[in-house]
Amino acid sequence: MSTSLTIADVERIARLANLELTDDEKQLFTRQLADILAYAEHVQAVDTTGVEGMAHVNPHGVERPDEPKPSLAVAEAVANAPDAAPEAGLFRVPRVIG
Amino acid sequence: MTAATAREIREAIVTGRTSAVDVCRASLARIERLNPSLNAFNHVIAERALARAAQIDEQRAAGAALGPLAGVPVALKDNLCMKGVRTTASSKMLDNFHPPYSATVVDRLEAAGAVIVGKTNCDEFAMGSSNENSAFGPVRNPWAADRTPGGSSGGSAAAVAAQCVPVSLGSDTGGSIRQPASFCGVVGLKPTYGRVSRYGLLAFASSLDQIGPFTRTVSDAALVLATLSGRDPMDSTSADEPVPDFTAALTGDIRGIRVGVPRAFVAEGVDDAVRRAFDAALEVLRDAGATLVDVELPHARYAIPVYYLIATAEASSNLARYDGVKYGFRAPTTRDDTLTTMYSRTRDQGFGAEVKRRIMLGTYVLSAGYYDAYYLKALQVRTLLGRDYARALEQADVVAMPTSPIPPFRLGEKTADPLQMYLADIFTVSVNLAGLPGISVPCGFTQGTTGLPIGFQIIGRMFDEATMLRVADAYERATPWSKCAAPV
Repeated sequence: MSTSLTIADVERIARLANLELTDDEKQLFTRQLADILAYAEHVQAVDTTGVEGMAHVNPHGVERPDEPKPSLAVAEAVANAPDAAPEAGLFRVPRVIG
Repeated sequence: MTAATAREIREAIVTGRTSAVDVCRASLARIERLNPSLNAFNHVIAERALARAAQIDEQRAAGAALGPLAGVPVALKDNLCMKGVRTTASSKMLDNFHPPYSATVVDRLEAAGAVIVGKTNCDEFAMGSSNENSAFGPVRNPWAADRTPGGSSGGSAAAVAAQCVPVSLGSDTGGSIRQPASFCGVVGLKPTYGRVSRYGLLAFASSLDQIGPFTRTVSDAALVLATLSGRDPMDSTSADEPVPDFTAALTGDIRGIRVGVPRAFVAEGVDDAVRRAFDAALEVLRDAGATLVDVELPHARYAIPVYYLIATAEASSNLARYDGVKYGFRAPTTRDDTLTTMYSRTRDQGFGAEVKRRIMLGTYVLSAGYYDAYYLKALQVRTLLGRDYARALEQADVVAMPTSPIPPFRLGEKTADPLQMYLADIFTVSVNLAGLPGISVPCGFTQGTTGLPIGFQIIGRMFDEATMLRVADAYERATPWSKCAAPV
């Protein structure tokens, strides 16, 4: 597959990743990501017909019962927030609808 | 006292030859003297450490039993949470984050009597191989100030090499403990995936991350690993496997142990000094009674692309949580800006270049139209790589190879070209992909007993750190390297 990467591609990925890149960053990342992806093309040479992917190495299942347990107090949970209303137990954010 | 090992320090405290407070003071004084030039510590918690040391001395005075790390000063990589202690991951994004809980490894260290003295510098969110991606500036190699200490746990490696502490913890996602250990002339151990709880480690790539120790001797590494290991209900990927007596495994006897050498894999791209040191290390193992056997790792040559496709995919997901809402940095916005603008501006200003590059790469390989060709393909090659190791570790009890193909490089040498930086991770990343334990031990210098440190790694079977440690310890006993101290 093609690894030619355009500025428009980089802008699209940046939107998906919630990153507001500067113009300089867009230029730099277009070049650098294209280099890295071109190198990553090497994996295409491997015959993986019928091979299951390995997302993790755990030999056993890692699921557990979904049981409620004691957790952080609300005051502790909001203590590190850049903007919070601790008395109401809320994070404060800019308006959601533009 | 700062030259002593963890075992020696505990013994001296238990027998009353010194006190935990005196040991702690010596460690803090050395950090204060050396850190302005090394930049190994992001912050030091002197008061808290001295109070903790005083408690250990009180316990001894009261005749209480002392833990296996009683009074031992320990430094933590700054991506490990310690309740109430600033934890930054060397990122502007978490500049003023004070975790509401401690990592399980921190609780276990403290329960064993360790005295935590501070948080060490690292590449931002553990992403890097030179410690140059830190918002607080690079760490300098204690053996040569113009060289990188390696990364991402560069501060933890440098702190032990400079004898500021006998023990530190790092995290290893693709070599971030073993490579800096090699660059700084100390021992660095990455446990089997699942051996040590990741609870309280700021996640980078969850299927690859493991926490492990830096020490100056293999024996100390065994001691600390025993403290960290075991099932933790707070990390569902931590394994319910028995934890053997790692110290008892250090018999010094490796007669009949089969050491696998992937000759074809290590044939190319290895610096001459590294090759000489590695070949000499194999001879030492042979002279000690081990049998060298050739093994094949045919898919290891694909480890770099496989690793960077999988690790960045996982990172792009894990780092989505840093959005300026729950903790850390938030970019200033105007009244007209929306939530989405706040998110993306915060992330652009809060993350450094390498973290953004990896988030971008990971987002790309997971995006519609590219997922199968990149991410899924990488997972399939990971399976084949795992099978290579499984086969090699049937023919051999451990596998040996250089830790890094090159000695410590100059600060600034590789920062302009991320791909060149990634390629130097060739011998470490495959071990994480396969989930195996690996230990890097010093095996010489670029010139005689001076020059720059070189290490080699011994890789064990899943949950067989004991055999890996036995081989590493036998090697250390037969060589002078662990006695060589950095000229600081």
